[in-house]
Amino acid sequence: MTAETDNGAGIGLEHARRLFRGSPHGALIGLELVELGDDHLIARVPYRPELIGNPETGHIHGGVITTLIDQSCGAAVLMATGPAERIVTLDLRVDHLRPAAAGRDVYARCECYRLAGEVAFARAVAYEDDPAEPFATSMSAFMRLREGVGRG
Amino acid sequence: MAELLEQVRSARAAGDCQRLTDLVPYARLIGMRFEPCPEGEGLCIRLPYRDDLIGRPGSGSLHGGLLGAFLEHGAIMQILWEGQSCYLPRIINFHVDYLRRGAQETTYATVEIRRQGRRVANVHASAWQSEPQRPIAAARGHFLLTPPEGSDGI
Repeated sequence: MTAETDNGAGIGLEHARRLFRGSPHGALIGLELVELGDDHLIARVPYRPELIGNPETGHIHGGVITTLIDQSCGAAVLMATGPAERIVTLDLRVDHLRPAAAGRDVYARCECYRLAGEVAFARAVAYEDDPAEPFATSMSAFMRLREGVGRG
Repeated sequence: MAELLEQVRSARAAGDCQRLTDLVPYARLIGMRFEPCPEGEGLCIRLPYRDDLIGRPGSGSLHGGLLGAFLEHGAIMQILWEGQSCYLPRIINFHVDYLRRGAQETTYATVEIRRQGRRVANVHASAWQSEPQRPIAAARGHFLLTPPEGSDGI
């Protein structure tokens, strides 16, 4: 899970990589792409003291998890739509099942599980070691902005 | 837990909400500000524009996740500022609706604590830029106000 792997999607894959490498805010919090599968994507934020939300426990801020999930789910949707398309987040919900362990890198595994004509739906889990034992889960919806089709 | 809450209490006692700005490392990283409201009482929650808050390169729009984070942290500090919680509020869930793109300008948050019980608070928050009546994002969430159960529980 540490090596960036290729899902053979070619242009879509390159696009996802560019999105991660080029995002100014992604760079600020250290967001990085870890793995691209056929139907999912894994991204990571390495633990850093600057990301702490609770100074007494060292837990990472929930907002960092939101940013990790928003960007990764957006990229998972773009893998499904192809790079020519633009998308915007309609809504995003995060359930925090427990705090992320202090001192640990955080990962998100995201998939676009339904690509409809106008809207794409994504889901994600966030975890330290094992996607089967997440500390947060998320559902989100994205509007597809295609040529000649207005927003909303 | 005590130290941060102590600092919030002393800031409140002094009526100096700017002291909230530096309490949490992540909020400092993104550059969030807490200031007295120009009109009346309460907190003015503000996020000055910076280039490293942009989501996609060349888009000129604020990162969506960042807007959610801004509202979430604004909600936590508002709960603390109103002084009902004896512990740092812990997030249970947060749902953000994205209404308009975030432009390259200062963003403000308005936070409304809809219900605060002994154990949980329900909070609605909205983010806006030049016009308060045209929000760019709206969120609602629940926060736990009880003492932490240990490293594992929420």
